[in-house]
Amino acid sequence: MAKRAILGLVTVGLVVTAAFASFYVVPMERTMGPIQRIFYFHAASAWAGMTAFAICFLGNLLYVWRRQQNWDWLGVSAAEVGLAFTTVVLITGPIWAHPVWGIWWTWDWRLTSTFVMWLLYISYLLLRTLIEEPDRRALLSALFGIFAFLDVPLVYFSIRWWRTQHPQPVVMGGPGAGLEPTMFKVFFFSVLAMHALMVLLLSERYRLEKLSVAVHDLQREAEA
Amino acid sequence: MTPTSFSPTGIRFEKIDKRFGGLYALRRVSLEIAAGECVVLAGRNGSGKTTLLRIAARLSRPSAGTVNFLNGRGERSEAPPAAGFVAHATMVYDELTAEENLLLFARLQGIAAPAACTAKLLREVGLEERRNSLVRTFSRGMRQRVAIARALLNEPAVILLDEPATGLDPQGVSWFAETLRGLRDSGRTLLMSLHGESEVSNLATRAIQLDAGAVVADTRTGANFRSILTFANA
Amino acid sequence: MALFSNTAVLLGKELRTEFRSRELLTTTVVFILTIVILFSFTFQPSGNESLRFGPGLLWLAILFAASLMLQPGFLREQNNDTLSALRLSVSDPFAIFLAKLVANTVFLLLTEMLLLPIFAVLFNVHILAVFPQLVLVFFLGSVGVAIPGTAFSAISAQARMRELLLPLLLLPLLTPVLIASTESTAGLLDAQPALQGKWLGFLAGFDVVFLTALWLFGEYLLEE
Repeated sequence: MAKRAILGLVTVGLVVTAAFASFYVVPMERTMGPIQRIFYFHAASAWAGMTAFAICFLGNLLYVWRRQQNWDWLGVSAAEVGLAFTTVVLITGPIWAHPVWGIWWTWDWRLTSTFVMWLLYISYLLLRTLIEEPDRRALLSALFGIFAFLDVPLVYFSIRWWRTQHPQPVVMGGPGAGLEPTMFKVFFFSVLAMHALMVLLLSERYRLEKLSVAVHDLQREAEA
Repeated sequence: MTPTSFSPTGIRFEKIDKRFGGLYALRRVSLEIAAGECVVLAGRNGSGKTTLLRIAARLSRPSAGTVNFLNGRGERSEAPPAAGFVAHATMVYDELTAEENLLLFARLQGIAAPAACTAKLLREVGLEERRNSLVRTFSRGMRQRVAIARALLNEPAVILLDEPATGLDPQGVSWFAETLRGLRDSGRTLLMSLHGESEVSNLATRAIQLDAGAVVADTRTGANFRSILTFANA
Repeated sequence: MALFSNTAVLLGKELRTEFRSRELLTTTVVFILTIVILFSFTFQPSGNESLRFGPGLLWLAILFAASLMLQPGFLREQNNDTLSALRLSVSDPFAIFLAKLVANTVFLLLTEMLLLPIFAVLFNVHILAVFPQLVLVFFLGSVGVAIPGTAFSAISAQARMRELLLPLLLLPLLTPVLIASTESTAGLLDAQPALQGKWLGFLAGFDVVFLTALWLFGEYLLEE
């Protein structure tokens, strides 16, 4: 209980500090103005989301290998958390693009591949709702999850190459590329804060899943 | 059935658990079937009979425990022998002819001289005339004959049958019982799940009752054969 | 080797079954044709526009058709539980997948080769000069569609809402194939036809990645 509270407090502290830093510490970006500050959450969320999906992949592999329920819990928790962060990326992208470019969506390669990745993991979660038997659900979704994660780099590269052949406005510059030192430090700090948030959400969701399974088992025993 | 080359094989189930999610389909089932025994598995629907048979056929993996095949001396046999499996579903392709089906499975199993083997089995199950007809056109009884032929392709020492006589008319049941009698008498080990008494159940020398995934009665340990079978009817 | 002989035997069965009824092939050809025609109403098929939109539309139609055509693959094996019979008979479960994916690739290729001339006429593009290269592109692309398609048809056969599930699982994952195939096809239909080595290499890489994944994990897809 104490561990959870501490993790929660530390995370909140980090996130608030990161927010403060991105508004007050970091200098104003020259061309885009205040809206650029969203970059710190936008890019950091993208990284946190990717890490979550990587954790999902590990959970999937471990489930297929060991067949222990907790790997399945890790997989679904990481997928949901990753999806949440990815949704943040997809929403903050247009919020950024609109004042800068006057359009909501630019099919910029990063946003587009993020969108495809978002669809892949939505499919992962939807697949889980369509299989009732828990062990079967765990195995089949783990296998799909493995295929989906293997696809992610392929999606990224194909869309990137495609966009270099047919360029469109890019929503943000390379992460960390051409960032002034203060900006870089705040960016790094934001990434840290988002990862802490990701870990917090992941552990809470994992706990929820574990409890939910326990409740189901008890229900079934009571009915039998 | 003409006796062929196979070595008598027994089956040993050791502490088999099979879980589906939180539900136990089988709970610490330990059984030994001696080589050449003809055993009936009885029990209500959902008692675990199908699960146990599919685990023995190696179609399903147990959540815990092991199933091994034993040679004539009761020791674990080195190479897992092929077991023939006959289920309620025919496990043959409706869109292929009887002959095409058997040839397909014979070739997949690497049987030497698949055409000859197929022809012989078709003769033995009485389907020689219909060998070029699509299985789709067969009656239930004829489909079960194809199913048995398929199960016998690799001359298995063990035959597992999951409610095989379901849907057969009385003639079909008689034919089935005759066929199984021949298989039993040739020294093969038979493990079959059945509902209630019939010509087929009368072939058995031992009956085991499953209930809620556990063995609750066994004629080897003194239970009554008939009462096991008729209890299953209730 | 037993794997290849098993695959050959099973492939024979798949092909014989399909050519006996030809239901899959005919419905797929008509379906793609219908989509292509419907798509053509959405833009003006002048020379330039045809070249810009044509290849993408064709591949999109192929992807949609494939996600429907790949459905019966493992569903058929649930009839009479023939899948269990196969699992009992083959030495390596991968043979089952290999046979089905080769068969699916063949069916896809046949449909595409039937459609290419029709497509060329409808959209006024020149295919004769580059026909061999087009076949190569369509081959690599079809394999790319067939591999995950066959794998996921094994998954969707075990879930609810399988008609909708297979496209849902498959289409986002095939984004790289769509891009690479479209770019390669467009490159060949261009005024100066050129073989896009980069995209073809990418398609080949995609095929290798997923074939390997299927080889490693296929047997778990068939588990009970």
